[in-house]
Amino acid sequence: MALLEVNNLGISFGGLRAVDEFNLKIEQGELYGLIGPNGAGKTTVFNMLTGIYKPTDGTIFLDGKDVTGKKTAEINKAGVARTFQNIRLFGDQSVLDNVKIGLHNSFEYGTATGIFRLPKFFSTEKKMDKKALELLSVFGLDTMANVLASNLPYGKQRELEIARALATNPKLLLLDEPAAGMNPNETRDLMNTIALIRKEFGVTILLIEHDMKLVSGICEKLTVLNFGRVLAQGETSAVLNDPEVIKAYLGE
Amino acid sequence: MKILEKLKKSTQKIIGPVADTVSKYAKKVITPVVNLYKKLNKPTKKLIRTETVILALFAVVSVMESSGNLTSLMKGLLVPVCAYSLVAVGLNLCVGYLGELSLGHAGFMCVGAFTSALFSRTFQDVIPDVPRFIIALVLGTAVAALFGFLIAIPVLRLSGDYLAIVTLAFGEIIKNVINVLYVGKDSKGLHFSMKDQMSLNMDLDGMMLINGPQGITGTPRQSTFLIAVLLLMLALIVTHNFVHSRTGRAVMAIRDNQIAAETVGLPVTKYKLVAFTLSAAIAGVGGVLYAHNINSLTATTNNFGYNMSIMILVYVVLGGIGNFSGSVIAAVVLTMLPELLRGLSTYRMLIYSIVLIGLMLFNWAPGILKWREAHGLNATAIIGRFKKKEVQ
Amino acid sequence: MHRVYIYERELTFMGFLTYLINGLSLGSVYALIALGYTMVYGIAKMLNFAHGDVIMIGAYLVFMCMSNSGMPAVVSIVISIVCCTALGMIIEKIAYKPLRKATNLAVLITAIGVSYFLQNMALMIFGSNPVSFTSVIKWEGISLAGGNLKITGNAIVTIVTCIVIMVVLMWFVKNTKPGQAMRAVSEDKDAAILMGINVNATISLTFAIGSGLAAVAGALLCSSYPSLTPYTGSMPGIKAFTAAVFGGIGSIPGALIGGLLLGVIEIFAKAYISSQLADAIVFTVLIIVLLVKPTGILGKQIKEKV
Repeated sequence: MALLEVNNLGISFGGLRAVDEFNLKIEQGELYGLIGPNGAGKTTVFNMLTGIYKPTDGTIFLDGKDVTGKKTAEINKAGVARTFQNIRLFGDQSVLDNVKIGLHNSFEYGTATGIFRLPKFFSTEKKMDKKALELLSVFGLDTMANVLASNLPYGKQRELEIARALATNPKLLLLDEPAAGMNPNETRDLMNTIALIRKEFGVTILLIEHDMKLVSGICEKLTVLNFGRVLAQGETSAVLNDPEVIKAYLGE
Repeated sequence: MKILEKLKKSTQKIIGPVADTVSKYAKKVITPVVNLYKKLNKPTKKLIRTETVILALFAVVSVMESSGNLTSLMKGLLVPVCAYSLVAVGLNLCVGYLGELSLGHAGFMCVGAFTSALFSRTFQDVIPDVPRFIIALVLGTAVAALFGFLIAIPVLRLSGDYLAIVTLAFGEIIKNVINVLYVGKDSKGLHFSMKDQMSLNMDLDGMMLINGPQGITGTPRQSTFLIAVLLLMLALIVTHNFVHSRTGRAVMAIRDNQIAAETVGLPVTKYKLVAFTLSAAIAGVGGVLYAHNINSLTATTNNFGYNMSIMILVYVVLGGIGNFSGSVIAAVVLTMLPELLRGLSTYRMLIYSIVLIGLMLFNWAPGILKWREAHGLNATAIIGRFKKKEVQ
Repeated sequence: MHRVYIYERELTFMGFLTYLINGLSLGSVYALIALGYTMVYGIAKMLNFAHGDVIMIGAYLVFMCMSNSGMPAVVSIVISIVCCTALGMIIEKIAYKPLRKATNLAVLITAIGVSYFLQNMALMIFGSNPVSFTSVIKWEGISLAGGNLKITGNAIVTIVTCIVIMVVLMWFVKNTKPGQAMRAVSEDKDAAILMGINVNATISLTFAIGSGLAAVAGALLCSSYPSLTPYTGSMPGIKAFTAAVFGGIGSIPGALIGGLLLGVIEIFAKAYISSQLADAIVFTVLIIVLLVKPTGILGKQIKEKV
């Protein structure tokens, strides 16, 4: 059984059909790429997968469970985490707290326990700190744990967003243009990091990216989206040599 | 001379060991306390400093009061200042941490005040003073929290300007309804009406509890300065602990970026409700204190309406959005100052409005920001914690 | 005895019509005020809390010109319009313009500050005692159905003025260059800048029009409700904002529909339910509207881009 199975997904905004008949199957452990020209509907697909938009048609199954039209928070609990194209960190909180917010559902104590500082508060917070620092150290961010998230350099903000997503312990991680705005060196580091987190956390990854070097370097399979429809799908090398795809990217 | 020296020696003999033991024990006690304090994180240190200052102020004022150095005007302001501070702390939780402006907190204060005063009046001859006040306090707080919760369910679906205006509307409705409320008590029990005193149909021995626009008269004056200060200190601890806990972090995450908060699995509505309810409850405590400090409790624009909500907002903004201690300081200074400088009190409201506009310009106007940068005035020094406008 | 008499009157059909006309008249005033809110909200995306207080200032100006200086009503209103227009533009320039890049919360707090400032300035200049406003309309009105239905001149002039202003404004926004600029800015500020539209001038113009209309609204409001205090503007202001939301923020015909509906609701609530609770009822309507249909009757849906 595939980890993610999307059938005939579609969404309309007013009269505009933004995504139509979108099908996708991702197996456990795969590193999958979603590419296409600007405005093809890639982020819209992500928004439907995470419940930010309710799809007009179609179904989404995660690990055999129907999550179509569920609320964003529920979908996250079911095992989907994501990052955003325009970074969305909790800017007024520290790097450490950003990750601890990601850990929110894994470590529980009630509001009253927090207000009255019962023993469980201290023990749980200690565990959370430890786990959060562990996650941060993967990205070399543990030394900046107390910095405000909005004060981090751009590249580090993208990594913190990934760390925060991983903190929710996802089965499927969606990365929306993780290399946007990075220089070639940073992109290379990022590729290594993505490979590393896949290995360490056993997480399946679906990513949107424009950087073809990154896509061909790490993605095993690709789906190409054009004008809201699937143009090509399959093994990376085959897809990238598809004349249709080349046409869509380079023009006639 | 010899006698003097002998005396000196003998005193040293007696005092020396005492002083030694005192200093030894003092070291034993103080050093660990200091070390403990040093280990604490910044916000906790700040909380302890604030609480210490409040206690010190309380001690000074108490001494002044008992030695007759306090004017009756100042004496009369001690409890209200604490009540306003409490409401400001409550509102600051809403504005600073939930990131939403409520213009209805005077309404929650009003609910707390009238609920507790009604209880105290009704059971004035039935329950002894101390337990009655405790129950009134708990009841007033709980009912204010309940109102906050019920109002928050619909209101928190909105945000920004709409949320502000709806909370304002709720505050006005609460005030309006209380002004047409008639409650009386006689041997048969309680009577309610929303028309007038006559339609209560009470027996001759009946007693008015809430008399429409005249409100509640004869509430026992049980709010002492000590109780007020203790409650304020407690509220500061509660809000501090709340903000620096798992729930508080979630609330701030929702404030900073709601969509991101949802994608990491936070139940957004739940935590917004929790924060708003707590905020209303604290305003309710302020109301209870206020009600038990005056003889005749009425609901007017100035004490529980729009004007009060604005006054509290000024405290929050001046003290620093998100800064609880700041709210208290602003409330104390702004209440005491016009009373001390008698000439100022006519201009008080005018000054408040200028303070609001001036502070916002000081923090946001590009020209002023440039000037501040040139003169090394940090942009976030005075008011921190603002939700940043998203740039697409 | 007194109450019985009132009930008899209330239950007649003529009574109903009288209330309806009074409601439409009050609603017309709300609509004029709502225009100021709705245009500013549509273009500057801010709730101009001080708008209600500009009405109050406008009314005081008319009062001073007419009662203190003995000027004719029309001249007084023109002076008031000019002064309020200037006031609106000054407020915008000093308090709001520097905050274009600030958070919504900061802008809202500033607007509340300005509102409070105007109220307290008026309080210092004019005092808190209500002054008795002389109606700007001398006409007694007409009497129909054999004298059973009287329509006051105030009501007729208010309703007609409101409709005329609405039609003119709709024509202005649709057919003139500044009007088109206003629509463009409200649609997409950044795109408007790229098209070479002077956004600052457009926002300033919007404030000017809204404040000028506030002066008219102030004169009409106080002609029907002659007790004028520094707080006269704040409640009608908030209610008119409700009306603007009711009709759909940003929409001129929406302001008219919302204003009229709200005016009628308020007068009926006063007449048939409880005069003390009328405000509470109007605010309940506000809450219901904002919760059930925050986009209003004629408004558009706006969604955050993810």
